[in-house]
Amino acid sequence: MRVAVIDYGMGNVFNVERALQAIGCYVTITNDPVEIEASDAILLPGVGAFPQAMQALNETGLVPLLTRMAVEKPFLGICLGMQLLFESSTEGMPTTGLGLIEGRVERMQAKRLPHVGWNSILRDEDVYFVHSYHVVTSEANIVASADYMGERVPAIVQKGLVTGMQFHPEKSGTFGLSLLKEWKEAVEREAATGN
Amino acid sequence: MLKRRIIPCLDVKDGRVVKGVEFVALRDIGDPVEIAKYYDASGADELVFLDITASTERRQTMLAVVSAVARKVFIPLTVGGGIRSLEDISSLLKAGADKVSLNTLAVESPDLIKRAADRFGSQCIVIAIDVRFEDGEYFVYTYGGKQKTELRAVDWAKRVAELGAGELLVTSMNQDGKQNGYDLTILDLLREAVDIPIIASGGAGNADHVVDALERVDAALLASILHDRKTTVEEVKHVCSERNLPMRFVTTQTD
Repeated sequence: MRVAVIDYGMGNVFNVERALQAIGCYVTITNDPVEIEASDAILLPGVGAFPQAMQALNETGLVPLLTRMAVEKPFLGICLGMQLLFESSTEGMPTTGLGLIEGRVERMQAKRLPHVGWNSILRDEDVYFVHSYHVVTSEANIVASADYMGERVPAIVQKGLVTGMQFHPEKSGTFGLSLLKEWKEAVEREAATGN
Repeated sequence: MLKRRIIPCLDVKDGRVVKGVEFVALRDIGDPVEIAKYYDASGADELVFLDITASTERRQTMLAVVSAVARKVFIPLTVGGGIRSLEDISSLLKAGADKVSLNTLAVESPDLIKRAADRFGSQCIVIAIDVRFEDGEYFVYTYGGKQKTELRAVDWAKRVAELGAGELLVTSMNQDGKQNGYDLTILDLLREAVDIPIIASGGAGNADHVVDALERVDAALLASILHDRKTTVEEVKHVCSERNLPMRFVTTQTD
């Protein structure tokens, strides 16, 4: 399976690449529309602040293509890449996101931020989080969540072909890799049934 | 619920893992990739690699170590030791490090903490603070514990947090290598002073010492007691868990 990891200059994409390779994906780190169209799935990574990331993404000119890809191919956003999938964020200044899933990004209420470290989600397994903002979206879009100082943190969201992971599956040990593998297998099933 | 973290620390010299007691007396214990895999399998929540190579080839050697480990082990990797510039940070992150730990550089150029946090994100900037208690005060040391500064640990911790540090790694030089417990006083003082995660280092001799530290702060860095096989990550975690500290246990098996 060929995954296009979108290269827009935000954060370290190499560990995402290594993790995808470890589960048997063929990875291209790219901002080339032709390569993106030719891939089986899209991965939007991201570390940093929402406004800068959205600006960087807009500057690549890829937003219309990515918006179209999100209804045609499996599309995974990780960490800030997940937050960008939503309609807007209040981080720094109000900013419009990709709007692939209804909802917004807001600063968490917890007294101690960032939310850093291992926290449990599905099946009580732990994954590695680093963030201070979280998404606010309808229950129907939330697959799994974590609890941080009494606050509920959406950890996996999904709508149609679009999936988001607030944590770093590429840094969440064997369980993190198994989540990426589940995503990969779902993509392959999609492909086999011709959507 | 957020878990407390156990972080094995591996000293690397010329591409090999060695260990230090009170910063001297080194002994080779092996291959970084094998050791990283071993600790990952035994439940380590992260790994810290401390580069103690003195030679000029250090940079390339360490990049090769980081890159080799990052292909096999998928938990957060922090690299520290001898980082002198934003370019050094950039190459380590590209090689596969998730975080870098800065000590001397941070003290000598505090503005660089802010520049590094702005460029790479606070999440990857760990500030290591080597602390020695002298004449009733906690002083910050640099150059691997050789150079005393006039900085007081609590003031420095607040300052680096404001500049954008993501985490603090606090080593008590008085306790380091003695294996008779962490300096709990400085951990309490720093916990009071800053909100960013604190990693305790220096002095763990058994699992009960780790419990004492983790009742106060987020994570414990362990070296000698693990390398000498006095205990294991799993055993430490079980003891912590029995004492009601939230710990991560790995149930997903490698296939």
